[in-house]
Amino acid sequence: MDGMITVKGRNLGRFLEVLSSMRSIRSLIYACSVIFFLALILFPPILGIILKWDLIGQIFENLSLMSRAIPAIYASFAIALFVSIIDVVAGLPMAWFIWKGKSKWLNTLDTLADIPFIVPTVTLGYSIWLFWSSETQGISSLFGTSLVSPGWLLIILVHFVFSYPAVVRVMIGALFDYKRTYEEASRTLGAAPVTADRTVTFPILKTSFIAAFTLAFARSISETGATVIVAGTFENGPVLINNLKTTQQSGYESALVFVSFILIAVSSIIFATITILGPKLKISVRKVWPVTERKLSSQGLAHFRNTSTLLVFFILVLIPSLFVALPTINAISNGTLNEALSSKGIWQGYWQSLFLSYGVAFVATLLNTVAGLPMAILIARKRFGVFTSTILDVLVNIPMIVPSIALGVSLSIFWNNFPFIPEIGLLIFAHLSITYPYFVRSMTAAIERVDIDLEEASRTLGAKPFTVFRTIVLPLTKYSLFAGAIMMFTRSVSETGATLAVITELKTAPVLLVEWVKQIVPASPKEIGLGCGFLIVLSFAILLILRGTVKGRY
Amino acid sequence: MPEVRIENATKKYGKIVAVENVSLHVHDKEYFALIGPSGCGKTTLLRLIAGLVQPDEGKIFIENELVTHIPPEDRGIGFVFQTYALFPHMNAWDNVTYGPRVKAWEEDKRERIGREMLEMVKLYERSDAIPKELSGGMMQRVALARALAAGAKLLLLDEPLGALDAKIRFELRYEIRKLVKDLALTAIHVTHDQGEAMAISDRIAVMKKGKILQVGTPQELYMKPKHIFVANFIGESNFLEGYVVDTEDKGCIIELRGGLIVNAADKARNKEERVVLGVRPETLSIEKGHKKGLNCLPGRIERFRFEGTDVRYEVRLKNEDTIVIIRPALMGEWFNEGEKVTVGFPQEKSYVFTYPSIGLRSELALE
Repeated sequence: MDGMITVKGRNLGRFLEVLSSMRSIRSLIYACSVIFFLALILFPPILGIILKWDLIGQIFENLSLMSRAIPAIYASFAIALFVSIIDVVAGLPMAWFIWKGKSKWLNTLDTLADIPFIVPTVTLGYSIWLFWSSETQGISSLFGTSLVSPGWLLIILVHFVFSYPAVVRVMIGALFDYKRTYEEASRTLGAAPVTADRTVTFPILKTSFIAAFTLAFARSISETGATVIVAGTFENGPVLINNLKTTQQSGYESALVFVSFILIAVSSIIFATITILGPKLKISVRKVWPVTERKLSSQGLAHFRNTSTLLVFFILVLIPSLFVALPTINAISNGTLNEALSSKGIWQGYWQSLFLSYGVAFVATLLNTVAGLPMAILIARKRFGVFTSTILDVLVNIPMIVPSIALGVSLSIFWNNFPFIPEIGLLIFAHLSITYPYFVRSMTAAIERVDIDLEEASRTLGAKPFTVFRTIVLPLTKYSLFAGAIMMFTRSVSETGATLAVITELKTAPVLLVEWVKQIVPASPKEIGLGCGFLIVLSFAILLILRGTVKGRY
Repeated sequence: MPEVRIENATKKYGKIVAVENVSLHVHDKEYFALIGPSGCGKTTLLRLIAGLVQPDEGKIFIENELVTHIPPEDRGIGFVFQTYALFPHMNAWDNVTYGPRVKAWEEDKRERIGREMLEMVKLYERSDAIPKELSGGMMQRVALARALAAGAKLLLLDEPLGALDAKIRFELRYEIRKLVKDLALTAIHVTHDQGEAMAISDRIAVMKKGKILQVGTPQELYMKPKHIFVANFIGESNFLEGYVVDTEDKGCIIELRGGLIVNAADKARNKEERVVLGVRPETLSIEKGHKKGLNCLPGRIERFRFEGTDVRYEVRLKNEDTIVIIRPALMGEWFNEGEKVTVGFPQEKSYVFTYPSIGLRSELALE
């Protein structure tokens, strides 16, 4: 490091290279990314609750609030548990079907399975409500009466659909990584297909099944946007928090903090337990029932299984998710579209909220990409030692497992101590916390997949650390980078829970749609349909980009 | 008794024909090797026999029973994978007794077989070890024990030694052959290592691009290759291009490039035919100076290499063709680079092939 360094035009690359070869500069970048994570992502959602610790005591004196809080918390966990089980049970055969199948249209099916993932949850909730509950539309219109009224059953249906793609995605990933030789070995040793799956494939993939279950559980606990729409008078944790915030009855703050605290604490305990005990869970492979399992392996049963899997997918997942398209098309044909495009009536607010949603999503994505990338490298390459990296790896997940509305409540309590921060700041902070894990997790995994030999080869050929990153790591992980960024973006656009908790004046698109659906702002079904429709179309465009970038990987 | 018959089997993957109209008969209690370069279809053929893939056309018989549509678990086979495929969530004992368990054999029979098999591969003391605690050689021995414990009389081995170190590969190949012979099994062994196949097989099939070129004992393939690819793939050969100028009772007379005349033992050749003469490096003799006589080719030593057991010469002939000669290192005198020599070979130890229509280089190409 001698001579003066000038930062001018084409010298910038050279400047970065030289900087990157200085150990202290690299450490500084990593340190900044850790500070960003701790100060903005992790601590505010945890510290907020602790700051208001004294409020929790008050709820024990308020019996009417207590009698709502306890069943709501209980309902949250019961629904999450039930939904995760049926998601795994229904998602596994679907993943299996896509994995084993040979026909070309499976790719399409694979894409379709992602739809509920990409459709903003409020829209998803409204669509499913239309399909199952609306007496004038959906299948209930055939019977003249609501087939599934708003309440716990509809929440279960919504959560099932909402987590289904995540479960299928995780399992397909695991199945494609699985070495089929194990299954083949089992078959050549005399095992029928079902026996081979049960004694060999399932136990080897156990960790991924647990991961899928955990993911479904976390999503269900956290889901707010769609749940608020389909809950009716039923209350689970997030719905109660939202109701308390809306009605602001006396002493509601203590209940808010209490419910948030319990949700955060119990979720953390459950995930810690699953993480520790999951790997120790044994699937018995010693027992074998050759005759029964041989019968279960028959072609006929396999067809039956595939057919029912597809039926479940189309009837319970896909059609209800897309049902909102019907009022959207109506709205286009009867002129509501023109009203919307000319920003008349309630539409002015709609466009503003859409603009806000995409603006916040853009800013959050940008900041998290810049701050999350060094973090991902730090974790994947264990730059601060194995211990620190492991700890950070665990901590990164916390915002994902904490129910989002509880996270929002805690976060807003924390930042309200700094009254100079405008509301838009809170909104961005909340979205940063919610989306951060999605990016860092997928980026960490992608960097881990890059063979370290490649980096070392590049170094031995004379490349400086920054050049290694620019010419080796980045090109090999760019698809994951895009995919991660788009995932953050869609997650942010879809976010409802934390948003509801932090805002007072501003309205993002999902929040606005909740108000429309709940008729806080009077809106006609066609207007709601069209409002959802725009969101869906935009989401589809993003889904196509996502598929396009991910496809390039192969 | 497990003999294997394949009739006109074809397997395609999209546009790639992995196995093309192959017929093969493997006898009972035979140690049979399938060899060929990577991508020649040998593994696909083995997987067809195992039932892990289905043929597009053709029939497969095991013990004279048509098994084409029978799933692998009902074919009574043992399959050994290159990557061992030991179940990572089970210890050695559970791996070995997996077959007896899924076939619901009586418990004492399971215990007895498990013990016998692990003792046979000398790993009974390691029964509790999980696969990742074992070395590569140990894992493959457990995999072998597992394949045999299920009662298979037909053992299918897919590059079983491919992932092992040279020394262990050497030991284990004789161990496997001894096991197969002691237990009176039929074995089909896929490998790309011709030395391995020659050392342990009763018969070998050489495959190229989805077809079987020749089936024979190691000696037959070495002494009487029927195909120019086989002459090159099994052992080593020198190939010299030329034309048949005359035929006689003992064989034919060939004019090589540059007008060199040699006599070969092949009687089935026609005058004027374009041919390739094949001679193995170890059948060539080498003498100092330029001598005259039958099949004497003058040249100059271009390169000399000492390779331990053997010495290896590359001789540039008068006609600019290069010929490789291998002599035992400890027998006879050595020659220096640049020295004038005469290379000779006995008429009956050469073989003649029609010049390949796709060219010599393409015909011999491994990929």
